[in-house]
Amino acid sequence: MSFDNQTIRVLAKVLAVSAVTAVGVGAFAAGADLGQAAKQSTNWTAIAMFGIFVAATLAITKWAAAKTKSAADFYTAGGGITGFQNGLAIAGDYMSAASFLGISGLVFANGFDGLIFSIGWLVGWPVITFLMAERLRNLGKFTFADVAGYRFSQTPIRVFAACGSLVVVAFYMIAQMVGAGQLIKLLFGMDYLYAEILVGTIMMVYVLFGGMTATTWVQIIKAVMLLGGATFMALAVLIQFGFSPEAMFSKAVEVHSKKDAIMAPGALIKDPISAISVGMALMFGTAGLPHILMRFFTVPNAKEARKSVGWATTWIGYFYILTFIIGFGAITNLIPNPASYFVGGDVAKGLVGGGNMAAVHLSGAVGGNWFLGFISAVAFATILAVVAGLTLSGASAVSHDLYASVWRHGRVDQAQELRVSKITTVCLGVIAVVLGIAFEKENVAYMVMLAFVIAASANFPVLFMSVLWKGCTTRGAVTGGFVGLITAVTLTIGSASVWEAVMLYPKGSAWFPYNSAAIFSIPAAFITIWLVSLLDRSRRGDEDRAGFPAQQVRSETGIGAAGASGH
Amino acid sequence: MDDPMVARVTNHPLYHELKSKRSGFGWWLTLAGMVAYYGFILLVAFNKPLLAQKIGGGVTTVGMPLGVAVIVFTIVITWIYIRRANSEFDSLTDRIIKGVVK
Repeated sequence: MSFDNQTIRVLAKVLAVSAVTAVGVGAFAAGADLGQAAKQSTNWTAIAMFGIFVAATLAITKWAAAKTKSAADFYTAGGGITGFQNGLAIAGDYMSAASFLGISGLVFANGFDGLIFSIGWLVGWPVITFLMAERLRNLGKFTFADVAGYRFSQTPIRVFAACGSLVVVAFYMIAQMVGAGQLIKLLFGMDYLYAEILVGTIMMVYVLFGGMTATTWVQIIKAVMLLGGATFMALAVLIQFGFSPEAMFSKAVEVHSKKDAIMAPGALIKDPISAISVGMALMFGTAGLPHILMRFFTVPNAKEARKSVGWATTWIGYFYILTFIIGFGAITNLIPNPASYFVGGDVAKGLVGGGNMAAVHLSGAVGGNWFLGFISAVAFATILAVVAGLTLSGASAVSHDLYASVWRHGRVDQAQELRVSKITTVCLGVIAVVLGIAFEKENVAYMVMLAFVIAASANFPVLFMSVLWKGCTTRGAVTGGFVGLITAVTLTIGSASVWEAVMLYPKGSAWFPYNSAAIFSIPAAFITIWLVSLLDRSRRGDEDRAGFPAQQVRSETGIGAAGASGH
Repeated sequence: MDDPMVARVTNHPLYHELKSKRSGFGWWLTLAGMVAYYGFILLVAFNKPLLAQKIGGGVTTVGMPLGVAVIVFTIVITWIYIRRANSEFDSLTDRIIKGVVK
């Protein structure tokens, strides 16, 4: 282990001040705000590491391109991914750069409160396993609309599903792109504009040429690198304390300005309603994220679908325990050495580069400059991989749901559908870069939370009710879905994080008092679906209800499922 | 899927056994997961002193192992479901399929 102070000083010069403002509850999400980072001098080690990663992934894309011929190859890697591989890929989608940097930074600043967040991000997975995973696999083909609209009138449900997917993808994507630009400016010393174009271009190459196969493998490699790097850091920290958490905690309490308070829940969770509401958004939002749902169609059968969530849950849980140790490791390693890591050598002025840089500084402290470069490259790779997954799910919503099913009523050949996907991919790539540039100076922290709230309030209720409730009708599902979508967006706009922080109305004027709309918007969607379906006396409604037994047979047994092996 | 096939499956006695066993098990585990998580969140919201209580003479608080336990519990119940589904439920499914596809 290297504690070379020279290295640290070089690093401190490389990463100068950025004004990362304190972000409220829920903001430290998968794409937490990385603040307005100042451009740094170029960090060649990190760029070299990143270059190696990109070269390796492009080689994979070339290999994958040779295998990507049909629409099924493009959307779902031909259903040929194993449960273990898919579990890693799902974990990769979920462990974004900012959940790594954001949560470890949160632990560094507040200790225990960071753990509360990690748990929230994890608990949605069992629900997906028990109630959704295998049914998704048995009913779905390319998009979640295949599942939600199995027995419904195709046009309305697919229009809704495409709206739900694209809105979620857009918010998630903006947060990732802005985060990417800030992070790259900070870690690599690259111009924001070039950083955006670089991310957009590389991502497009993965998706266009390699489709789901390349996107999945990029995600798997990145997940392994991230888990490996984080494991190394956590071990390096634990070794310092002879693997005694108590020794680590007592050192942390000794050096941290909040003393004992870092060991107990603090002010981060301000009221119970917000706590539960954020919890609901995280728990059910995961089951409504289109780029996660899409992964269930890449495995051959229900057995592998279950295994993939099992592995995903395991890796994500393990990863959050690591980030917790890394956060405490940052406290014990960085605070005793203020000259190297803190602005002006003063702990009170905050970390050089901002609060989200705790893990990055720690990587330099325990592994030297090369390891710092490695971790920076992994953080960049992470954003690239997540953006690629998002683009692919957005492209499939447009080409499969809107173009092939709504516009052409299913009368379309694979080559045409594939062409539309690729055109959409290019459009989405350009839009992502443009939005990333447009939102550069904005506070985008709320956007990931918004993506989760919408996923939980629009996509999830429709999916859940259409699969599990026989009385659900097209009219109920579509109305309820839109009610959930609109409620979620409206209430989020009224909350302090948008009304005051983004729209700049005076402090205290926000008319929605909680951090997350989920506690209201999720029930609103469910109740509307239930009520409208119940009152639906149309002929289409009767057809929808009559279609349930056939849907249930397939969702429960997999008989007739596309590509299900052995059946 | 054709209608006679749907009727053959829905009339199969094992199909009902599969449905009720699987959904019962799934809902119970969902409940367990929710109780663990929201129980923890409610403690954070309403009983901070309990979580802040120190264990033994050290600085480690009750909340630390409890929080990690929620993470581990989440992983464990996920695998419990998968183990049973991949053996018992899948073999039930296979028997149903063999029974109806002749």
